[in-house]
Amino acid sequence: MTPKRKRKLYVIVTLVSLAAVAVGLTLYALRANINLFFSPVQIAQGEAPMSRSIRAGGMVKVGSVSRDAESLDVAFTVTDFVGDLQVDYQGILPDLFREGQGVVVVGELQDDGRFRAKDVLARHDENYMPPEVAQALEEAGYSPADFQAKAAEVGQQRKDDT
Amino acid sequence: MLTRILPEIGHFALIIALLMAVVQSVLPLAGAATRRPLWMAYGQPMATGQFLFVLLAYACLTASYAMDDFSVVNVANNSNSLLPWYYKLSAVWGNHEGSVLLWSLMLAGWGCVAGWWSRRLPRDMLARVLGILGLISVGFLLFILLTSNPFERHLPDIPADGADLNPLLQDIGLIIHPPMLYMGYVGFSVVFAFAIAALLGGRLDAAWTRWARPWTNAAWAFLTVGIALGSWWAYYELGWGGWWFWDPVENASLLPWLTGTALIHSLAVTEKRGSFKSWTVLLAIATFSLSLMGTFLVRSGVLTSVHAFANDPSRGLFILVLLAITVTLSLIVFALRAPRVSHAVRFNWLSRDALLLINNGLLVTATMTVLLGTLYPLILDSLGLGKISVGPPYFNALFVPLTVITCLFMGLGPMAQWKSTSPGKLVRKLWLAGLVALGLGALVPLVYRGEWNLWVTLGLSTALWIGLSLSRDLFDKVRHRHSIWKGLRRLSLAYWGMVLGHLGVAVTIVGATVVSQYAVERNVRMSPDISVEVAGYHFTMTELFDRRGANFLADTAVIEVQRGDSHRRFEMQPEKRLYLATGMPMTQVALRPGLFRDLYVAMGEELDDGSWAMRIQYKPFVRWLWLGGLLMALGGVLAVFDKRYRKTRPARLTQEGQA
Repeated sequence: MTPKRKRKLYVIVTLVSLAAVAVGLTLYALRANINLFFSPVQIAQGEAPMSRSIRAGGMVKVGSVSRDAESLDVAFTVTDFVGDLQVDYQGILPDLFREGQGVVVVGELQDDGRFRAKDVLARHDENYMPPEVAQALEEAGYSPADFQAKAAEVGQQRKDDT
Repeated sequence: MLTRILPEIGHFALIIALLMAVVQSVLPLAGAATRRPLWMAYGQPMATGQFLFVLLAYACLTASYAMDDFSVVNVANNSNSLLPWYYKLSAVWGNHEGSVLLWSLMLAGWGCVAGWWSRRLPRDMLARVLGILGLISVGFLLFILLTSNPFERHLPDIPADGADLNPLLQDIGLIIHPPMLYMGYVGFSVVFAFAIAALLGGRLDAAWTRWARPWTNAAWAFLTVGIALGSWWAYYELGWGGWWFWDPVENASLLPWLTGTALIHSLAVTEKRGSFKSWTVLLAIATFSLSLMGTFLVRSGVLTSVHAFANDPSRGLFILVLLAITVTLSLIVFALRAPRVSHAVRFNWLSRDALLLINNGLLVTATMTVLLGTLYPLILDSLGLGKISVGPPYFNALFVPLTVITCLFMGLGPMAQWKSTSPGKLVRKLWLAGLVALGLGALVPLVYRGEWNLWVTLGLSTALWIGLSLSRDLFDKVRHRHSIWKGLRRLSLAYWGMVLGHLGVAVTIVGATVVSQYAVERNVRMSPDISVEVAGYHFTMTELFDRRGANFLADTAVIEVQRGDSHRRFEMQPEKRLYLATGMPMTQVALRPGLFRDLYVAMGEELDDGSWAMRIQYKPFVRWLWLGGLLMALGGVLAVFDKRYRKTRPARLTQEGQA
């Protein structure tokens, strides 16, 4: 090998190994920071891991929101009309959070089966069902029309009440 | 009568603009390939004409908004007769169709300006640049006409009133954020056109870089302002007080910014040293492709956010195809032509060339990590491997260290010489700056808070390192002059641009570090006469009342704030609004801005006993984030006006004089 080629080889080997290290570290960081999504029915079936950051979502069950009288603690139930998930949260709920409305919560599942939410995300849409929930339900064998109709019904009821 | 058919006039204007764009792309490109001056000469008038017709279409849509013409679907869906006039005008781009039209308008505008300002370019070069810009215009105008027509009508049953603009978008930040961002995105299309034209023509010399550099700087400055405005808007409008969420939509704008920054630096090497040519071209292609990808992510509805207006798969598919065509074609041109323009130049591993190469490597690495984190969930989802999201910790874990390393080299770069620098000289000049930066960085948190903080030390040291090494460089540059003033005046605008740009990064880093480490947030229950203390300020609610605004009802709280024991008091009035047309609630934050701290009060929700959940925040140095962004943009603008980019103009003037 000529010296020139040798030097080129060194440069290439260095670059490749650096890139490999970078990719490795990136994938590691990615693995540690991925939030998987689970629907209430999946959680009820015990598919979700404990004490690890996950996302869950569904509709806020009508009449389930209860605020603590003293603090800013709040508890509510997220449902996909098949399974229910009890969620605890501390702090201020987003503007678009309402009973009968779709939410996604980010947090950890506790040993007692309750979900401790770090973040609550709500979106504006009367009949909004988070796409993840819709898909999970479909996989569990429920037709989308069923729960969409159910969601619309709940939304309508809420509208009539106010 | 004329006002009735305005939408149709706009629609026709768009079709004519499309036809002109076709001519603008086909004739000049063919003319340049076959050396026919007449064909090439079509570029500029067509670019001007295309711009005028897109402008006409845009004006028609704006008029429909101003006149509350709810027979137009777009107006009916996004406006309301109660909306104040300035929001009616900005609502034009507060939706998918209008914003794509704005994008096309800017593209045509940049093309028109490029045509006029670059008349001194060689004829075939200008023809190719305009031809490629024309091709991009064809793509976007087709996109509008085929999938996103803003002039569609609701006939015959015209709604009585519109559905109103999303309340989150009824804000001064929204009036300026998208146009700035688009100016940046689209500005990079000019640079892209220059790069492809250079490849096609086989001509990539110092003169080429002098044409391409001002456009790159201008586009980059706009994009910087756009991103800063977006962050500022999110800060006060979303009610959370966060300024960067690593949301895919934000990342979409950060990606072209990162490669654009790399491009600016790589262009400097190409101009001064004639090296890195293929790399520069590749970066230009990447930057524009990432701009397109950003548009795809934001507009296709694959992401859910305020930016995703419509979930129409055909639109996403169209942009995706457009993106694929652009990337494939430009990479083919690159593969065929790049070897012809590249040119090896030797340099030492300690030199400005090498440092800029490292800078580019780091910026591209940062781009890749952000890109991976943004696309990974989308790719997994489309392969049916599950729904995941990648959280901010991932981005912070990779982006923060990369930024710190980049800044380390940023201190060395301006001091190093081209080709080769002696390490001894560099150390002699900079050891003091390094030591002071580390020392102050370690000391300040101790003095300020009485407690050492690793992150603050890291951030401050980095920022100080940039600032001090820049001052040292400035000092070296002026001390041999007769007077400092004279010395300062002799420095080029491009140099000042660099100084401001780097200083802006330092200022932003200070802001980001201090606000993320020392911000105080308290969520409390408040009712009249309840007082809360946050970070040395006493917040007392004095009043709670209802009021009616132009198109909303509001619960307003009056909060009296007093600092420590001082007697100066001031009032803050946060609101919770209910927008009537949409029934959408919105938090209107009360802000007390300051250079060194912001006070931030937001109303959460009404509790059962009539008290309110309130979010009170103390945000030190948060303004520095955006101040730094403005400094960077100002640096970019200064560099645009550097004398050497205009050098060739007098020659042209004399030519004209003779003719």
